[in-house]
Amino acid sequence: MNKKLLSCVFSLVALLAVAGPASGSGGEALEHANVNVRDTAAIQRGAQVFVNYCLSCHAASYMRYNRLAEDLELNEELVMENLVFADAKIGDTMTIAMQPKDAEAWLGKAPPDLSLIARSRGTDWLYTYFLTFYQDESGRWNNITFPNASMPHVLWPLQGIQKPVYATHDGHEVIDHLVLAKPGIESPEEYEDTVRDLVTFLKYLSEPSEVKRKNTGVWVLLFLALFALVSYALKAEYWRDVH
Amino acid sequence: MAKPASSIAKRADALWNWVDSRLPVSAFWKATMTGYHAPKNFNFWYYMGSLALLVLVIQILSGIFLTMHYKPSAELAFASVEYIMRDVEWGWFIRYLHSTGASFFFIVVYLHMFRSLLYGSHRAPRELVWIFGMLIYLALMAEAFMGYVLPWGQMSYWGAQVIINLFGAIPSIGEPLTEWIRGDFFISDATLNRFFALHVIALPLAILGLILMHLVALRENGSNNPDGVEIKANKDENGIPKDGIPFHPYYTIKDIFGVAMFLLLFAFILFFWPEAGGLFLEHDNFVPADALVTPAHIKPVWYFTPYYAILKAVPDKLMGVMLMGASVVILFFLPWLDRSPVKSIRYKGLWYKFLLGMFAIAFVRLGMLGMAEGTPAQTIEMRIWTFVYFAFFILLFFMSPRGKTKPLPERLTH
Repeated sequence: MNKKLLSCVFSLVALLAVAGPASGSGGEALEHANVNVRDTAAIQRGAQVFVNYCLSCHAASYMRYNRLAEDLELNEELVMENLVFADAKIGDTMTIAMQPKDAEAWLGKAPPDLSLIARSRGTDWLYTYFLTFYQDESGRWNNITFPNASMPHVLWPLQGIQKPVYATHDGHEVIDHLVLAKPGIESPEEYEDTVRDLVTFLKYLSEPSEVKRKNTGVWVLLFLALFALVSYALKAEYWRDVH
Repeated sequence: MAKPASSIAKRADALWNWVDSRLPVSAFWKATMTGYHAPKNFNFWYYMGSLALLVLVIQILSGIFLTMHYKPSAELAFASVEYIMRDVEWGWFIRYLHSTGASFFFIVVYLHMFRSLLYGSHRAPRELVWIFGMLIYLALMAEAFMGYVLPWGQMSYWGAQVIINLFGAIPSIGEPLTEWIRGDFFISDATLNRFFALHVIALPLAILGLILMHLVALRENGSNNPDGVEIKANKDENGIPKDGIPFHPYYTIKDIFGVAMFLLLFAFILFFWPEAGGLFLEHDNFVPADALVTPAHIKPVWYFTPYYAILKAVPDKLMGVMLMGASVVILFFLPWLDRSPVKSIRYKGLWYKFLLGMFAIAFVRLGMLGMAEGTPAQTIEMRIWTFVYFAFFILLFFMSPRGKTKPLPERLTH
């Protein structure tokens, strides 16, 4: 009786302790990127967007072009023609001509290398980031997900121009939502797909071996499951005479 | 043994005898394996020792291959890790083996230590087994801390900054001490290089030596067991404990099954979830170390966060450091803090189950709070659980001689 009560109280404490919130991380709710790194076509399209819009200021200096060709099932000539604009060789990494020092002088802060951006920021963050650019009253670019960074909205010809709609919360004027003030080449749905492709590419870029890792993992787990079964049978056989 | 069938087998036999009469291989095997009788009632918790050894081997082997490609310099370290991840054949596998192994080392060691608290394995006559185990744990913490600095990401850099600065809290010698540790006025190439040396050779050697002592001390009295009664008290006419079974083949075979189950879990994480949601590989550590940009939220890796929470629970830095140190040091005294006439939780009263349960919850909860951002409410909670953490040891000391116990069985329950 007493024991039951105590164990009840005890379980409750345990539950409360472990289930209680410990990460008070705030921040905006992020959209779901829903990327699939097995979608090679999406990565190819994303790579196209990346080299066209990102690669002039941002490098991906841990990524080699020939690795790209191999993983994206493209032949190297095709990669040289469509993805390599700088005078780079197929075995080179995706670097840029701009020196970090110059970039700092021109842009205030050198644009970060994007090789690992999907691992440090996460795909949902990146996806939301690309959807939340807006132009403020003074005509400057800003972003709800990453406010006051010096990055302009380079994809604006695709998305168009978003303007903020303000609302008052507790006496503070805050951005309530964004409206498309001037449409771009793509419809909002098309733009979301473009961004998803780009984020899929960035995810691939951050860990090119991800697909191989998971494919290998399936076989390793299957082997280990079999091994566990056999070793259990062996153990049971040996332990039959232990009473 | 059956007669050798062929001349090759005969020669092999002769060679074996030649070696064995010069190097006591079979005598050693008999003393530690076939002739060593372990209690027959080991349960789940008793897999952890052999698994810790397995993880050690994984870490050493994967570490050797990482060392072949890693560059211990502030300029090149981060890029060399990415080089391993992308350009080295199976480099990603080697790296994930090592990073997953580091976290699993602590999971296994924490469970191994908790087993001791459950069944009183640290009690007389096995106090030195526990002491050597604690020394391994300390060395392992140093090993893990220094290893975490090597990838030279933001969390490597700033985590090291925070932890080394803790030594600065020591009056008068604090500042010079931190400079001595870093080899510079701030975390730099010099720090990285010396941590590399300590991580790949000095500490592993210390850990190997300590493990040897841990095992020698263990074999001297033999393992404890879930009942906490000495099997040597009940021997048959040949002097073999009635409840003992030869370690080989019984436990070697059983441990192979444990290894298989462990590897299933290990491989699942390694191949499908190597970052473990930012617990095993932190998101900020995929950004290269930058002395000019402080990350928004600096925290150590999960296995240190219980102690980090105890540190943060105290407003005064020096007091916090001392309390954090005390929270580890007090574990050394456990064999003498528990004064109960019985060892195992099975024969201790409800009081011990409650104390140990609260202690376990406090440790886990402190670990969770240590990762959190530290709101005022969380700080209060950290203080409560810090209090519970230390209360365990104090209450154990006073309650254990009086606490209710159940009668011990004559023989093991199996």
